[in-house]
Amino acid sequence: MIRIGIDVGGTNTDAVLIEAGAVRHAVKTATTADVMGGIVATLGRLLAESAVEGRAVGAVMIGTTHFTNAVVQRRGLARTAGIRISLPAARTLPPFIDWPADLRAVVAGPTFLVRGGYEVDGQPIAPFDADAVRAAARAIRADGTRAVAVTGAFSPLNADQEEKAAAILAEEWPEAQVTRSHELGRIGLLARENVSLLNAALGPMATHTVAAFRDALAGAGIAAPLFITQNDGTVVTADEAAAYPVRSFASGPTNSLRGAAFLSGLDRALVVDVGGTTSDVGSLVAGFPREANNVVEVGGVRTLFRMPDLLSIGLGGGTLCDPADPNRIGPVSVGFRLTERARVFGGPDLTATDVAVAAGLVELGDRDKVAGLDAGYVRAAVARMHAMIADAVDRMKSDAEPVPLVAVGGGAFLVPDALPGVSEVVRVPHQGVANALGAAIAQVSGEVDQIFRDLPREQAMARARELAEARAVRAGADAGSLKLVEMEDIPLAYLPGNSLRVRARVVGDVA
Amino acid sequence: MPGAAFQLTERDLEDFATGAWILGTGGGGDPYFSLLEAKQHLAAGRTVTVVDPLSLPDDALVACVGQMGAPLAKQEKLCDGDVIASTIPMMEKHLGRKFDAVMLWEVGGNNGFQAILSGLILGLPVVDCDAMGRAFPQADMTTFAICDLPAYPWTMVDIRRNSLIFTEAENWTWMEKMTRRVCTVFGASAATCKAPRTGEEVKRGSCLHTLSWALSIGRTVRAARAAHADPIAAVVAAEGGLVLFRGKVTDVMRRATDGWLRGRVTIEGLDGDQGESMAIDFQNEFSVAWRGDKPAATVPDLICLLDSASGEAIGTETVRYGQRVTVIALPAPAILTTPKGLQHVGPRAFGFDLDFHSVFPARSA
Repeated sequence: MIRIGIDVGGTNTDAVLIEAGAVRHAVKTATTADVMGGIVATLGRLLAESAVEGRAVGAVMIGTTHFTNAVVQRRGLARTAGIRISLPAARTLPPFIDWPADLRAVVAGPTFLVRGGYEVDGQPIAPFDADAVRAAARAIRADGTRAVAVTGAFSPLNADQEEKAAAILAEEWPEAQVTRSHELGRIGLLARENVSLLNAALGPMATHTVAAFRDALAGAGIAAPLFITQNDGTVVTADEAAAYPVRSFASGPTNSLRGAAFLSGLDRALVVDVGGTTSDVGSLVAGFPREANNVVEVGGVRTLFRMPDLLSIGLGGGTLCDPADPNRIGPVSVGFRLTERARVFGGPDLTATDVAVAAGLVELGDRDKVAGLDAGYVRAAVARMHAMIADAVDRMKSDAEPVPLVAVGGGAFLVPDALPGVSEVVRVPHQGVANALGAAIAQVSGEVDQIFRDLPREQAMARARELAEARAVRAGADAGSLKLVEMEDIPLAYLPGNSLRVRARVVGDVA
Repeated sequence: MPGAAFQLTERDLEDFATGAWILGTGGGGDPYFSLLEAKQHLAAGRTVTVVDPLSLPDDALVACVGQMGAPLAKQEKLCDGDVIASTIPMMEKHLGRKFDAVMLWEVGGNNGFQAILSGLILGLPVVDCDAMGRAFPQADMTTFAICDLPAYPWTMVDIRRNSLIFTEAENWTWMEKMTRRVCTVFGASAATCKAPRTGEEVKRGSCLHTLSWALSIGRTVRAARAAHADPIAAVVAAEGGLVLFRGKVTDVMRRATDGWLRGRVTIEGLDGDQGESMAIDFQNEFSVAWRGDKPAATVPDLICLLDSASGEAIGTETVRYGQRVTVIALPAPAILTTPKGLQHVGPRAFGFDLDFHSVFPARSA
């Protein structure tokens, strides 16, 4: 099957075409103000240069920073209402409580706490108050707010009250777009509610963005199914992505790490992705990014996502160097204006790229423009940049034994050929489009995190696996290719009988 | 000479949360929600004063409050402060007498905040002491039990305001059994006001200045992070602690038994501990750390599992495969390491046929 992976970044839109698991062609174009026009143009170039017709393409995978940028930059977000079903529990910390004030000002609509929800052992906290939900739905309609998040206590254990609330909303306010928290996963009311509110706030924008992606594909003559990449390095169908945009928050770094794994053939390695402004160091374990330990904040909001563990330092191809002091490098960067600002391109600024060209690490622009740089300065500045990368790599290492380091990204020439604790610096073809490649090779996943009662451990785990598999198939996976990649069970304290919380994740190939 | 009373600031609350989570030794629950609520009270103009236990008159009447139950239940039901605060007037009504102050039951984890929230809501001063000096899973693992102070009465309330008063119990073990059974019925969480204490009993029978202890640990972590220094090294240096092991979690085995979360974390060594491994057994909290088949540290010494990079504490319900962790030991309050103390909180109280040998030689039993 021919697949296309696209990475829409702030600076570049990259696209790669793969066939039978090998890269056939890749293109890199500057992201334009008209993002969709840029995608159409990129796709057109990719198909023309690789002599493939649009109808021969089997699937298109897009990785995008649209959704996370919307939250970080507080734009394109819908005013959102919240209904929490938990009273008399969880009264004192209302929805939006731990959000940054500026984001709350943009997103927070009316919020309602109603009686209901479940205890950890499955008994109701209180009878579900349908009348209160109906009153809330009418108030939300009167307010004109369409985006609504519904969060019930222990809904991952029993979702029926969230479903009832969504049905009442549909009756009373047919234009409401409702996110039900149990669809987004984990135990932890406040963080799950935060994610649900963010998801609802992103709804209209996600629907619009995915529709525009579809139009772009149609514009390039491609009728193949569209998938969007997610935080965990897998993809979902475009419809799923439009319904759950929060799951695509961290797909950029994830795709880059997955692409590096594919290009290098290594499934255990460190990866450094040198961009225009930063270098991001991550770690591959079994071909997937190692996840961060900590609670992950997106735009200042606490979520329950697992995101790749990354260390970012202020060193990229566009990073400014102080001509008077070779040890003063960054963190300010000329970013995407490299081709206007850097000396090798006739600009006034001395950048990391200029120093690299002067040192003969890369051929870019006009080398004569940096011929006047003092050789001692160049040596010292290169040594400083190498030390910065070496330090970041060392901090991300979790094994004392030397590990390979895969260097990717447009500024990979800044990575030295030898570093302490690194067995080998691996340079790969197509390293500049690792992100798009990570998207192109992505598989489909399904996950559950649920509490099972009065089931033997084996049966509970088998049931969790079935549910995860059903989710994966619904998300577009080929049922025959599903593999279990994660299974974790936690017996619950303080409960009679057998209560087991099971988390299972499966991945499979795109059907 | 008792220390001066002081008011808790928002920054103090944050530092206390950081320190208390470390002193939780894996249990007691993440203090995040209660920290958020306490900040709301401050923002609404409420204040809370911390007083030195040594300044209490002998006949002062001190309430002692704490939450019981599974941290997991609180992740969904949260932990509203007015529920814990309601246990205090209920006890006053039963006693026919007003409290002069409220003390912490358990400084580790989320429970220290229950006294602070009660203080904020009811306007009671908070006494700088607790009955564990860390976190423990059972009511009979307290300094009050060690000192043979009465275990009753208790008041106990759930989120629906279902409530009970336990007017009498033969001993702390029976109180523990009865209340745990009710806690399960309440949905695995309950707010309690434990047996009231006089000022004299507090001075004689509690771990003194443990609120300040948590506060100072939190301040150490904050200062180290601000200076981009290693927060774990800073805590160990400031508290006379010991780094036991550095590594990566390679296995977590958990099982629920008799209402507790028991299990074992296995860590493979990194850096100086490369090639070795450490296993830590837990019953809600970490109880015994093993290097091979030899105990490296046991209760009541504090065994704390921290994120190697951030220095943040990691709980027994949240520790998971792949985390890079540092195991440290902190010295236990002296009352816990006395022969009577060890009967209640030594390794044998947790079912291990081991003598207590402190990793801090001067304190060895």
